[in-house]
Amino acid sequence: MQPLEVGKPNQQIFSDTLLKLAESDRNLLVVTSDSRGSGRLVAFGKQLPAQIVEVGIAEQNLVGVAAGLAAAGKHVFAVSPACFLTARGLEQIKNDVAYSDQPVRLVGISAGVSYGALGTTHHSLHDLAVLQAINNIDIVVPADNFETQAAVEAAIMHPRPLYLRLGKKAMHHLHAPGADFVIGKALRIRRGDDVALLANGETVEIAAQAADLLAARGISADVLSIHTLRPFDEAAVLETARRVKAIVTVEEHSVHGGLGSRVATLLMQAGVTPALRIVGIPDEYTYTGSQQEIFAHYGITPADLAQTAELLLHATRVEAI
Amino acid sequence: MQIPELERKSIEYRKTILSSIAQAGAGHTGGSLSCTDILNVLYNAVMRVDPHNPNRSERDRYIHSKGHSVEALYTVLADKGFFPAEKLATMGRGGSHWVGHPTRKVAGVEQNTGALGHGLSVAVGMAIAAKQDGLAHRVFTLMGDGELTEGSIWEASMSAAFYKLDNLIVIIDRNTLQITGRTENVMALEPLAERFSAFGYAVRTVDGNDVAALVDTFAQIPFEPGKPNLVIARTTKGKGVSFIEDAADWHHHVPTAAELTTALAELDQAEQRRQERYATA
Repeated sequence: MQPLEVGKPNQQIFSDTLLKLAESDRNLLVVTSDSRGSGRLVAFGKQLPAQIVEVGIAEQNLVGVAAGLAAAGKHVFAVSPACFLTARGLEQIKNDVAYSDQPVRLVGISAGVSYGALGTTHHSLHDLAVLQAINNIDIVVPADNFETQAAVEAAIMHPRPLYLRLGKKAMHHLHAPGADFVIGKALRIRRGDDVALLANGETVEIAAQAADLLAARGISADVLSIHTLRPFDEAAVLETARRVKAIVTVEEHSVHGGLGSRVATLLMQAGVTPALRIVGIPDEYTYTGSQQEIFAHYGITPADLAQTAELLLHATRVEAI
Repeated sequence: MQIPELERKSIEYRKTILSSIAQAGAGHTGGSLSCTDILNVLYNAVMRVDPHNPNRSERDRYIHSKGHSVEALYTVLADKGFFPAEKLATMGRGGSHWVGHPTRKVAGVEQNTGALGHGLSVAVGMAIAAKQDGLAHRVFTLMGDGELTEGSIWEASMSAAFYKLDNLIVIIDRNTLQITGRTENVMALEPLAERFSAFGYAVRTVDGNDVAALVDTFAQIPFEPGKPNLVIARTTKGKGVSFIEDAADWHHHVPTAAELTTALAELDQAEQRRQERYATA
């Protein structure tokens, strides 16, 4: 495998794409909570000042105003750090957007542990769990620049409330030209039959690198970017799970209520039970440091994931004997 | 609509509200009766709405932020013809969309409400959109006074003034009671007019149970160009029925059959007096 080429932060792709779309759609509005810097929307605000609605540091109002704008037919992106948007603004997300069926695109920026050493106040390791428990909001966690651009373009026409979760690290390009992004359809990054690495967001590239390490050891690893948690691509996960002997899920989220939980629930109820490990942030006082250091602490590195997958696969072989 | 007819409707609405709550076995009696005259005046004398085309783009928008007083809203919407009045009999029944807080499943309802402190932000968003698009419609929202301790109200208020939303009309149902007791004893709100003025509203205070006074006040909108409008409607919780008036216990107390009979008789007497008053005049 060729080393992956580094692209831009997904948040930058988000703002670049949004600016292009907004230039030809004056109904496209961005609502910000003093968050245009983090959201890389300074240029947007300068070029299209009439299409940005600032509410100050007020996430509840951010979501409520966005719902009102959407009710009036505007194409609304409400942008705020994921940690605040999905906690401070959660009741507004639940009632004003999801329950009221107002098609707001909520954009959680600097998600997961993107803010690293700023600490737990600035981490969002709960957002996917709480939003999965709320009816009528689709959830998209793109992995790379291609997925992000495609997700933003798809979001414009999306008929339901949508949560888009983005990080701030420059991401490697994962897809060959011509890849087809559809909300709700997982994308295969690597094809393999021994183990599967199921990931979303900024952990997908780590899973892909882990798969390359496994390949060098003679282990064939499947890698899926499950960029949409809702609607969940059950068919792709089940098809993969039936082919492989072991699955490792990996996510920049609590191990409770995110991708791993979703996969486990599906597989158990379908009676498809390869060996399974859920890798993410455990239920403990979160280790402090940069995103990379936090990832390393919790085994979210190519080497650690490869080892986890190999041990899990080995355990199934021992069991089989 | 003329004042005598508005007064007649208020009495009729109160009878329907009480009967519906009694039939459903649940409801917010006190708050629905306090805001009856406000909704009556808004829907019959102020707002441009089209019950036969509820989503007509030119319509004025109404957000029922004090969502618990939904029985008053359902009663007025039914009377306006947004849906058949028989639907009121399904309130609170399994499978009915006429649930205890308004939802967009019911024609005429713009936004699902019920968690307090939400309506104003949504109304602000709608008003910003109308301004941006140069549309003439207005956005009304009714909040309870107990609701005003929600911090989100003050977030939204800052943005209402910042965006100079003189197409936004915020009404406070100032009945001075919430479920625990007097608002001033639970968490003091006063000086309310000064507080809202300081946040940038053009504020008017009115007797919120006097339809003529309400009509007169709303006729003055916009109160000041470039400022959001705020009406403090002084009301009596449980207005119209002697033993329900100004009693915190009636926040969501459901009238018994005997209480309903007495209450309806009181309202019939009020209608009798109203007719006599105009006959004399």
